[in-house]
Amino acid sequence: MKRLFLACLALICACQVSLAQTPAGSGPLQQLLQDNRALIEKSSRKTIGPVIDSIASSGLPQARSFLEAWQAKEIWQRKEDGLFFIGAEVAKRSYALSDPDDGAVVGDYDKGDLKQLKPNSGVRAMIATALVQFQLSDPDPATRAEALLAIERAPGAELLAPLRASIDGEKDPALKARKTRLALLLTIAYGADEAKRIAAIEGLSGDLSVDVRAALNPLVAVTVELAKEVPQGRNIARTLTPGEEGLSRNDAYDMLVAAGHVPKRTTPDALRQALAANIEGGRVAGVPVAQLSNELVREKVYEGLASDGKVPPFVGEDAITIALNRYVFFETYAEPSGAVTDAARQALERIGTKVALNQAVDLGLDAISLASIYFLAAIGLAITFGLMGVINMAHGEFIMMGAYTGYVVQQVIPNHTVSILVAIPLAFGVTFAAGVAMERLVIRHLYNRPLETLLATFGISIALQQLAKNIFGTQARPLTAPGWLDGAWVINDVVSISYIRIAIFVLALIFLALFLFIMRRTRLGLETRAVTQNPRMASSMGINPGRVNMLTFGLGSGIAGIAGVAIGLFAKVTSELGQDYIVQSFMTVVVGGVGNIFGTLAGAAMIGSLQKGIEWLNPSNTLAAQTYMIIFIIIFIQFRPRGIIALKGRAAGD
Amino acid sequence: MRQSFIAKNPSVLVFLSILALFTLLVTVFAEGPGAGLIPTSFVKTLGKTLCLCLIAIAMDLIWGYTGILSLGHFAFFGLGGYMIGMWLMYERTRLIVSDALAQGDIPPTEAEVVDAIGTQIFGVVGSSEFPVVWMFADSLVLQLMLVVLVPGVLAAIFGWLAFRSRVTGVYLSILTQAMTLALALYLFQNDSGLRGNNGLSGLQNLPGVEAPQSEVSMWFFWASALALGLGYMLAAWVVSGKFGSVIRGIRDNEARVRFLGYPVETFKLAVFTLTACIAAIAGALYYPQAGIINPAEMAPVASIYLAVWVAIGGRGRLYGAVIGAAFVSLVSTWFTGGQAPDIPLGFYTIKWVDWWQVILGLSFVLVTLFAPKGIGGLFDLLPRKDRT
Repeated sequence: MKRLFLACLALICACQVSLAQTPAGSGPLQQLLQDNRALIEKSSRKTIGPVIDSIASSGLPQARSFLEAWQAKEIWQRKEDGLFFIGAEVAKRSYALSDPDDGAVVGDYDKGDLKQLKPNSGVRAMIATALVQFQLSDPDPATRAEALLAIERAPGAELLAPLRASIDGEKDPALKARKTRLALLLTIAYGADEAKRIAAIEGLSGDLSVDVRAALNPLVAVTVELAKEVPQGRNIARTLTPGEEGLSRNDAYDMLVAAGHVPKRTTPDALRQALAANIEGGRVAGVPVAQLSNELVREKVYEGLASDGKVPPFVGEDAITIALNRYVFFETYAEPSGAVTDAARQALERIGTKVALNQAVDLGLDAISLASIYFLAAIGLAITFGLMGVINMAHGEFIMMGAYTGYVVQQVIPNHTVSILVAIPLAFGVTFAAGVAMERLVIRHLYNRPLETLLATFGISIALQQLAKNIFGTQARPLTAPGWLDGAWVINDVVSISYIRIAIFVLALIFLALFLFIMRRTRLGLETRAVTQNPRMASSMGINPGRVNMLTFGLGSGIAGIAGVAIGLFAKVTSELGQDYIVQSFMTVVVGGVGNIFGTLAGAAMIGSLQKGIEWLNPSNTLAAQTYMIIFIIIFIQFRPRGIIALKGRAAGD
Repeated sequence: MRQSFIAKNPSVLVFLSILALFTLLVTVFAEGPGAGLIPTSFVKTLGKTLCLCLIAIAMDLIWGYTGILSLGHFAFFGLGGYMIGMWLMYERTRLIVSDALAQGDIPPTEAEVVDAIGTQIFGVVGSSEFPVVWMFADSLVLQLMLVVLVPGVLAAIFGWLAFRSRVTGVYLSILTQAMTLALALYLFQNDSGLRGNNGLSGLQNLPGVEAPQSEVSMWFFWASALALGLGYMLAAWVVSGKFGSVIRGIRDNEARVRFLGYPVETFKLAVFTLTACIAAIAGALYYPQAGIINPAEMAPVASIYLAVWVAIGGRGRLYGAVIGAAFVSLVSTWFTGGQAPDIPLGFYTIKWVDWWQVILGLSFVLVTLFAPKGIGGLFDLLPRKDRT
């Protein structure tokens, strides 16, 4: 009655207020709000919990929209009677209020007559949690998926019950599966019932994804604690002996110090400082300072000082041993239930085995992709070095020229897909021409002097490198892959491979096929084989060896150019690009066996998998991996000097 | 015996005379003891060049005389530098650290000094412990022995493996290059124990020596000249006797020498190891003059440059190697040092710093194609009385 009267009074006084049809503040939600008015007005994270819960569990249909409005800071309290309304700004400093129960518009109010509820971020998070149960059974699947995502991002004990409740009503099978899985994860972390938790752990023990491991790992996490004797009723992983694995003596003693049980260790530093503080007339406790350059003398002098009470007693190794013997050190789980931690440990072991298997697969994929890069870099060399026996130290620079061609093409043609398609034949053309020119001008004069070919081509290599530096500068140039090569093919949380590596693998296969086709099915291939086996015989059969050599060398160089485009897609394009690959390329060909393309393939596979394998053993250090790989290859050459696939008989020649 | 050796090799006498005269001239005109016409930095450059000439002689022995194109001798050069650098750095740091600690109230214990040296040297790679390889760093004598021992043993093992399995020709070149790359990559790691890519620095300061750099550089110059003279004599002696004939035989036709009953592998291994030791000594003299050594110095490309010097100078003759190394390295220093004047063409200015490498590279090609005997080949054009 009084409220109604007040409302009427306000109505009369405030002239801008339109006529209220129904008396506000009579709805059940408003009633609930008014019952908790004090708590709502001074809402804080610590006290507001029960209010939000009672609103959320009131079963009122309007509860959800009210909570959403509260979260969005749209709830206003009318100063005159303390009633809560949903407000929307209609003009500056003027808000249209509507009743939280039935949504009826109460009228427009000036800001001065209202007080906004401003929930802080903690309170808003609690409201959001409360809203989850509504979102989880929202008719829109997108909203339900969003709610699941929110739970995955910020899991909490309070979300478990609404999540479980919403599973039965779920129609969408995919969402239902996600909900079930998420409920299991939450059960593992927050469930109250031990049997249910163990069941949940076992249910997920075959799952590879990161979040399962993230849920299980805290269960088996241990902290080191100490006590006089091993306490009962604690979930203890193992007891530790200081000085053995897991706990060093110093760490153990430092724990005792931190717990306040023992005095600090007298470190060499502290000892020196204590002595320095007690110098009297060039002597410490009667010993001349000059004699203090020895640990034993220092300790003796310090003990002398300590017996005089000038410094704290000496705590050395003996004292530490005595102190450590008086305490036990043990690792304990944060999780009190031993059955749960055991189940979690077993599950993690099972997952670990599976992860290791999958990692092996992933490593295999990595090795294959590295091998295809080496193969790409080496295949041109397999022609010029393997077939023709020409040591071309400028091969790496042909790779670099190909990469720079790709870069230049991208400057002209902005579309990445088109530019790559143009760059590949163009790079082939540029390096083919360079290779032919080099063969005609230099190499053909040196066919009988292989070591000098090495020097001459090295000269060309440093000249080309410096030219590239003069033209393109020293900084790395980008060669961007087309958009459809971005991203990776993700098989599960452990195994994934980027599309660009797949593309390089495919390119390597294409090159292998192309090489085989040219060498075995075309006239050029026939003539090349003839000339490399016996140039004099070939020329008496009417083959022009000069022309064949020129074309073969050009072909090998051209393939290096295309490899350059592919390598430029993932490596930085600099003038030193080729240098990084030249030694590995030569080793690939030599290890594989000269004169056989399958040998080069085997060489690349061996080098690639070796390098990845060694990297796996010592993942932090790729330099070491390369070092050991080269050493391995040097030793391998001892046992198979002619490579994995060695030519036999006359073809081996010398 | 010695009489006949010199008599048989008049070029040794000529070379030693020229070297002595050169050393004398530099001493007279240098900044430290002499007239001051040659600045200290150039004395260092000349001293370094003498070391490069020494390793070029080693390269000529292994390549020009034995026919093994090793692309790994700069690795031995660098290892020699590292071995002496370890002592220089340890000793110098020890003196500095001891001085600093002696300023404290209480004289330091040995453990404190070692700890402080470790922190000083290895702080840059995030460690303070002395790795095992520094075991002998406090002893100059041991470390000097290691200068020869470490590269010598490495060369002996590598050579034994490679020659035993009859790896020859370009395959051996690639294998030696791989060895160099492996070593350089290993040293690039921070936990290699040799300060990773920071390398060793401050080597130009002799620990405990107060003399100014202008004098220290002269000492090293003399030492380098002496080493070069001795190295030249040793090399000339090696190639003049029966041993020299055998290794030249191996170069020209390995199979035939083997059929004649000579243990080809032993000869090759001996030359390979000997030249590695000469290279290491050259490196041990070079890096104190350079002041700093890091793994980048041992990149495979450095060893190819070495081969190129010998090729340009003329391989198969010792003075050719010396001429090649001195000529190319000095000219390179001049052009890349920015002293050479730029040539303005109006539309484009030719900067020697940018174009020198191009010219150098192309000149390798020209020398290989048109002058396989190198600069040393010019001496064949001189009229000689013993030639009819």
